[in-house]
Amino acid sequence: MGIDMTGTFGADFLVRWLAAVAEAVDREAEHLTELDSAIGDADHGANLTRGFAAVTETLAKEPPATPGAVLASAGRQLISTVGGASGPLYGTLLRRTGKTLGDGDRVTREQLAEALGSGVAAVAQLGGAQVGDKTMLDALVPAVQGLRESFAAARAAAEEGALATVPLRARKGRASYLGERSVGHQDPGATSSALLFAALDETALAEAGRTEGAS
Amino acid sequence: MRMLINVPETVVADALRGMAAAHPELTVDVERRVVVRRDAPVAGKVALVSGGGSGHEPLHGGFVGPGMLAAACPGEVFTSPVPDQMVRAAAAVDSGAGVLFVVKNYTGDVLNFEMAAELAEDEGIQVAKVLVDDDVAVKDSLYTAGRRGTGATLFVEKIAGAAAEEGAPLERVEAIARRVNERSRSFGVALSACTTPAKGSPTFDLPAGELELGVGIHGEPGRERRPMMTSREIADFAVDAVLEDLRPSGPVIALVNGMGATPLLELYGFNAEVQRVLGERKVPVARTLVGNYVTSLDMAGCSVTLCAVDEELLRLWDAPVQTAALRWGR
Repeated sequence: MGIDMTGTFGADFLVRWLAAVAEAVDREAEHLTELDSAIGDADHGANLTRGFAAVTETLAKEPPATPGAVLASAGRQLISTVGGASGPLYGTLLRRTGKTLGDGDRVTREQLAEALGSGVAAVAQLGGAQVGDKTMLDALVPAVQGLRESFAAARAAAEEGALATVPLRARKGRASYLGERSVGHQDPGATSSALLFAALDETALAEAGRTEGAS
Repeated sequence: MRMLINVPETVVADALRGMAAAHPELTVDVERRVVVRRDAPVAGKVALVSGGGSGHEPLHGGFVGPGMLAAACPGEVFTSPVPDQMVRAAAAVDSGAGVLFVVKNYTGDVLNFEMAAELAEDEGIQVAKVLVDDDVAVKDSLYTAGRRGTGATLFVEKIAGAAAEEGAPLERVEAIARRVNERSRSFGVALSACTTPAKGSPTFDLPAGELELGVGIHGEPGRERRPMMTSREIADFAVDAVLEDLRPSGPVIALVNGMGATPLLELYGFNAEVQRVLGERKVPVARTLVGNYVTSLDMAGCSVTLCAVDEELLRLWDAPVQTAALRWGR
């Protein structure tokens, strides 16, 4: 039952997505830390690696039955293991998205986009930031827009959004202390947010492959 | 970079195990990362709980004990602790009189303590929060996360902790903590960058022969870089930066703080210059504390924090305190 045939996917797909995210942040940890040491405090890679490893472990031990429950569980896990600003922010993103998805067994890409939209709104409210402040929102907001079209569009929009933070001046978080000196650096939070959507696209592609193989 | 560690992943847990061994008067939960004074909860008294990223020792664990904090929650190096830690700490120390969270103004700390306060209140614990934001190097504006919490944290924890020890109710302890923060300002200077265990190399690039004026306690940049200055010149710059913002009308308590890698020999020499400037500016100094209290791993440098005190605040400062790092009276 792949997403291309039915247009819906279940809890297992989201578990694979989060495992792919864990792999991606682990692979990119050094890069994230490098970006973070330029305008932050050099812990973004280590923190996300620790958090998503805990998420993967918990999901493997007790796999929730519905897509919403997978994301809510992952969000809670991030909040209680990551710390820093990224713990509450990424935790809230996934938890709110999971809650919005509700308890349906299967969801569509459009439903996921809708739910992620509410997750992103919760992040904006918690952090008091908006697009253009050189934060994760600069990748998340366009990514959710893109997801209404396709997984690939979401990925491209997130990566473009992350790159577009380079000329911006940070107004939130630790980078804001730099003022003008934050200009010219890519935001680590927007960069890790783009990894989420790259992993989502890859998981969807693999899912399509699985379906073809099965049919 | 050589460090006295085993592996970066266990530095915080290792330090907590060592702290537990050295301080039987503390209950240290190494796994859950909570440091609690052994006699908590103390009947009828408000309990102060603080926490933050590790790497600023003795802040906060070294300030747990009678007359100061009831509990501290250490996070990973330079990373805020998680809400579970603060909720556990609050539950361990609450006598029913309520808990005051002392929170340094960093996005991560603010978000995690906010979530913790909600969770603790769900468990029936009365929680108040005070935000410490004393670093004048940062412009407090819409375009920043606000001023950082640095040296004034020690003043808030000591003075409000003394009020709690005297049996003041939560509202009063909170009001005193807020008053201390409002009357305190800091300014820091880095002579070298710091190195986090996870990264293993300096977190920022400070060319030899230059210093960073207005540095934060995580090596965040400050106002400007200049060619190396003398102790005398640094004291002029730092004290004036603080006074310009604080404008005290009476006596102050001065904290001349080391960032971790500056020897006491240099810090005392710097204090002489700080006292000279304060004398020239006609600011009476009621008390002075010199040492490494709010540090930034192995950063070389110093900070100056002044708190404009009234009689009550000075009396509470002088009240007895028994913690690993601060200890006087009785």
